Amino acid sequence: MVSSETMAANQASAGEVMVFAADAPLRLDSGGQISPLTIAYRTYGALNRERSNAILICHALTLDQHPALVHPSTGKSGWWNVMVGPGKTLDPERHFLICSNVVGGCMGTTGPSSIDPATGAAYGLAFPGITIGDMVRAQAMLVQALGIERLFAVVGGSMGGMQVLQWASDYPERVFCAVCIAAAARHSPQNIAFHEVGRQAIMADPDWRGGDYAANGVRPEKGLAVARMAAHITYLSEAALQRKFGRELQRDGLSWGFDADFQVESYLRHQGVSFVGRFDANSYLYITRAMDYFDLAAPYGGDLTKAFAQAAEVRFCLFSFTSDWLYPTAESRLVLRALNAAGARASFVEIDSDKGHDAFLLDEPALRAALGGFLNAAALVWGRP
Amino acid sequence: MNAGPRDDFAEISRLVRKGARVLDVGCGEGALLELLVRENHVDGRGMEISPEGVSACLARGLSVLQGDADRDLDYFPAMAFDYAILSQTLQQVINPRHVLGELLRIGRQAIVSVLNFGHWRVRLDLLAHGRMPVTGALPEPWWSTPNIHLCTVRDFIGLCDDLGLRIDACAALVAGKRARPIDPRRPLENWRAETALFILSRRDRNPATTDEAAD
Repeated sequence: MVSSETMAANQASAGEVMVFAADAPLRLDSGGQISPLTIAYRTYGALNRERSNAILICHALTLDQHPALVHPSTGKSGWWNVMVGPGKTLDPERHFLICSNVVGGCMGTTGPSSIDPATGAAYGLAFPGITIGDMVRAQAMLVQALGIERLFAVVGGSMGGMQVLQWASDYPERVFCAVCIAAAARHSPQNIAFHEVGRQAIMADPDWRGGDYAANGVRPEKGLAVARMAAHITYLSEAALQRKFGRELQRDGLSWGFDADFQVESYLRHQGVSFVGRFDANSYLYITRAMDYFDLAAPYGGDLTKAFAQAAEVRFCLFSFTSDWLYPTAESRLVLRALNAAGARASFVEIDSDKGHDAFLLDEPALRAALGGFLNAAALVWGRP
Repeated sequence: MNAGPRDDFAEISRLVRKGARVLDVGCGEGALLELLVRENHVDGRGMEISPEGVSACLARGLSVLQGDADRDLDYFPAMAFDYAILSQTLQQVINPRHVLGELLRIGRQAIVSVLNFGHWRVRLDLLAHGRMPVTGALPEPWWSTPNIHLCTVRDFIGLCDDLGLRIDACAALVAGKRARPIDPRRPLENWRAETALFILSRRDRNPATTDEAAD
C-alpha cells in the first residue's frame, strides 16, 4: 500500500516520496479524501535502533521539506539552516529529522497542481479544501510508514507551529515534546483579512483563469506576486522596515511616476517576483484557506482546554517574539492558559526581538539557547536520543 | 546577616509535601524548583519574568512560563496547585495585595517569605541615621532598589487578615541557622525575625491537611 522511492536521479539529494495508494486514502476534515496521496519528504540523520530519536519539523506557509542543506532546485541554503544541521539545535548526528511538504503544497506532495487521477489533468479548483488537521493527518501517516510509534518532538514555527498544536491535540500519545514557535491556536480576523487580500490578488489576475491556468499554459504571476508582497509586510516589524530601508530612495530624486522610488518598494517587488518562480498560486489559495479555517478550539465548542484534554503528558514549549504582530504574544498566552487548565507541562519564552514574525527563521541566539536547553533536558527524561 | 536563599529553600523543601503540585512564582533560574523536584518529587511549574531565567530553567528540565507575577497569574485555573510559592519576591511586585490573593486562588496553600522591615537592625539603622536602611537584606539604595513594597511582619499579617487568610504556620529565618517556628503575632517576633516564612490558606476553605512537613 505504501511505496517509497528516491526521486529522479538529478534530484537524488532532494529527498524522497511516499505514495499511499487507493487502500490508504487521506481522509479530510471536509468529508472528502485524497487518493492516491504522495508525500514528498526529506530526512536528516539516522533513526536509532529504539526508534526514539525522531523529530518532525513542520514547515510554514510557503516553505518546503528542505530546512537544512542546499535546496535541490533553488540552490539556496535550507530555510532553517540556523537551527538544523550538525552541531546545531536540531542535530542530524543525534536526531532523526523528518520534514515533509504539506498536503496542498507544490513541492512534491499532492496539491492542486498535482494530476487528478479522475481527469488526467491538474486538479486546480477540483482539489478538495484542506485543513491544518489534514496536513497533520498526512504527516501521521508518513511517520507511521517510517516505522515511528512516537516522535521525540514535533517542532514548527508559524503555520508549522499550528501543526504542532494540532499534533498534540490529535495524537498526544505519539508526541513526547511539542515546540510551537510564533504561532496561534486560531487565525485571528486580522490574519484572515491579510490572507484574503492575497487571495483576491491572485483571483483578480486574468491569468488565473478560474484556477485552470495550467491547462491554458499561463500562470497568474502578477496576482501571486502581489499576494506575496502583502504577506511579506506582515512578516516584518515596523522597526525592521525602518532599520532596513527607512525612506531611502532607489536613485537620486523622485521619479514623479510609479516606479519603485523607495527602496522598500523595490524590496517588496523583488520578494514578489522571486516568489512566483517557486510557488504555485492555487497552492497559495488552498494553504492560506487552511490557515484561516484553523481554530483548534472549534470542534470543542470553543473551549481550547478541551482540545488539549488528552495532552497532559506532552511537554510543551512555546515561543513568541516581542515584535511579531502577525501571531502576537497574546495568542501564545491563550494557548498557555488552555494548556495550564488542561494540566499539561507548558513552558513559554517571549524572545525579545525587533525582527517581527520572521524572527523565527532568523538567527535568534536566545531562541536557540532556550530550545536547545528544553530539548536536551527532555531527552534526559525521555532517556534515549 | 540576611537569611540566604539556601536557608529559605531548605525550609520550604522541608514544608512541601512529597509529590505535591507546586508553582514557584518568580522562580529565577529554577534553583528552588529543581530542589523541590529532586527532593520532594513535586510536579513543579515556575513563572519567571526574565527570559534568561526561563531559559536557564528550561535547560534544567523545568516547566517554566515567562510571565509577570503582577499580571500573569491568571494563566492558571483555580486550585491548580497544592502550593503556590513566592520566595522573597512579594516586596518587588507592583500590587502585593492582588498577587497574594491570586496565589491563594490558584494554590490550596501559599508559601510566602517576607523580608521584615520591622527587624531591630532596620529600625536601629533608620533611627540612628534617618535614612532608608541599607543592610545585607536590603543592599540597594532607595532609588535603585527593586524592593518597592517593603513591609513588616505586622503589616503583612494585617494584609492577610484583610484578605481573609489563615496563617497555618510561620517560621523566622536567620542566615546559617535552622528555621525557628514562631507565632508571628507576638510583637517580639516583629523585632527578631529578619525574614519570615508564612504558610497561608483561605479561611473560607477547609483547613488544608497538607501543611505538615514532608517526611
